[in-house]
Amino acid sequence: MMHPAEYYQRDRRIHPPALTPDYKTSVARSPRLALISLQGSVSETTGPVFGHGDLNPIDNDLIKNYAKDGDPVGERIIVHGRVLDENARPVPNTLVEIWQANAGGRYRHKKDTYLAPIDPNFGGCGRTITDADGHYFFRTVKPGAYPWRNWVNNWRPAHIHVSVFGHAFCQRLITQLYFEGDPLIPHCPIVQTIPDPDAIDRLTAKLDLNATVPLDSIAYRFDIVLRGRRSTMFENRMEGN
Amino acid sequence: MVVDARNNAPHYLRESASQTAGPYVHIGLAPGAAGFKIFDNELGWDIAGPNAKGQRIRVEGCVIDGTGSPVKDVLIEVWQANADGTYVRHEEGGARVEEGFRGWGRVITDFETGEWGFDTIKPGKVNARAKMASGVAGKVRDTHPDWQGRADENHAPMAPHLNLWIVARGINIGLNTRMYFDDEAEANATDPVLNLIEWENRRATLIAKHSGDRDGMPVYRFDIRLQGDNETVFFDV
Ligand SMILES: [Fe+2]
Repeated sequence: MMHPAEYYQRDRRIHPPALTPDYKTSVARSPRLALISLQGSVSETTGPVFGHGDLNPIDNDLIKNYAKDGDPVGERIIVHGRVLDENARPVPNTLVEIWQANAGGRYRHKKDTYLAPIDPNFGGCGRTITDADGHYFFRTVKPGAYPWRNWVNNWRPAHIHVSVFGHAFCQRLITQLYFEGDPLIPHCPIVQTIPDPDAIDRLTAKLDLNATVPLDSIAYRFDIVLRGRRSTMFENRMEGN
Repeated sequence: MVVDARNNAPHYLRESASQTAGPYVHIGLAPGAAGFKIFDNELGWDIAGPNAKGQRIRVEGCVIDGTGSPVKDVLIEVWQANADGTYVRHEEGGARVEEGFRGWGRVITDFETGEWGFDTIKPGKVNARAKMASGVAGKVRDTHPDWQGRADENHAPMAPHLNLWIVARGINIGLNTRMYFDDEAEANATDPVLNLIEWENRRATLIAKHSGDRDGMPVYRFDIRLQGDNETVFFDV
């Protein structure tokens, strides 16, 4: 019987630290003591399994999945890419979930009170399962920038929240997708919690003209990389990657 | 891993950086809680399913920030084994767990109080040695079960526990912790993970208290302190 292999240690230097004072909410919500390093046990190297039976086919189409009497307002976009691991291998059959504000920068959430209006035809969330090559795609409208209470005048760049599982609980990741060329990116204290400029660039979806649908939707490419598994040379076979 | 043909150097990708789940995480992961219905099947509401063997339990708690205030917009994911100590697996098809047992769920708070609770079954001990991932195929591992002398060096199983992953506005990267049970003192005493924690007084932060019974189910209380006095142990997994 095969047992799940361990994963490469997480390179914490590319992730935001817990305490990032420019993002004020982190100050009281960040542990002060060091994380205890844990060699991956089966509790970390296994993870939940999802199937197509859990989803509806329309779940990845945010233009249609909450439409009541027409399409939502906004720039029609396709967001697509692959979920890969650090070994550059595709991560198939994994759940990808997204959520976002509407084109005006307003969330459909009872706690969001921004003055931009709710779009009656836009829910703002979607989900899909990657195919055998790790590919996923969503159709949506481009979210608007919105103000938030941090400094007196902070604006979030246009972004889509992305949640990915991988195959192990230790691969679990929530991140945000930004859009190439957005002038708000360098000004955002949340983006700038990431210490590595290259890591920020990797969270920036790139215009993908070849994936656009002419006369219909513009496209952006966004690959997601999860932690990779170690291999072993025992028994003359590579396991886990 | 891709090998660069020009110089034979291994080329690894780098993990995507984490970003906070933000205050509106519920839209994506629990839209019902955000105030609207969109998916026919919202995921994560039933951890154990109807057919799970073992003791049905309820777990309740609160996540508390460094000022002592409840974190009202937190979202917690639970990952656990069944009563036999077996996890759902990607690698092995076939039902090794009960039909409908996912072992995973999502927990959201009462937005007014920050209190949360969920129902599940009490997991079994997880055989740390036999199932501790070593990256080695089964045959080698079984003949040399302790060849790497890992966290499981004392060969004890892991005591019953729930794995928790905590995200919220202000949390830049999800926090991993574990919840153990105070009525499993014997198993806890030899648990390889609890014993990894050098500061014995901090181990108690991972142990839920059996606070009573309700509807015939034991209720366990587990408060999570993000910062300050009795800060919960979080793991780099
Ligand atoms: Fe957002």
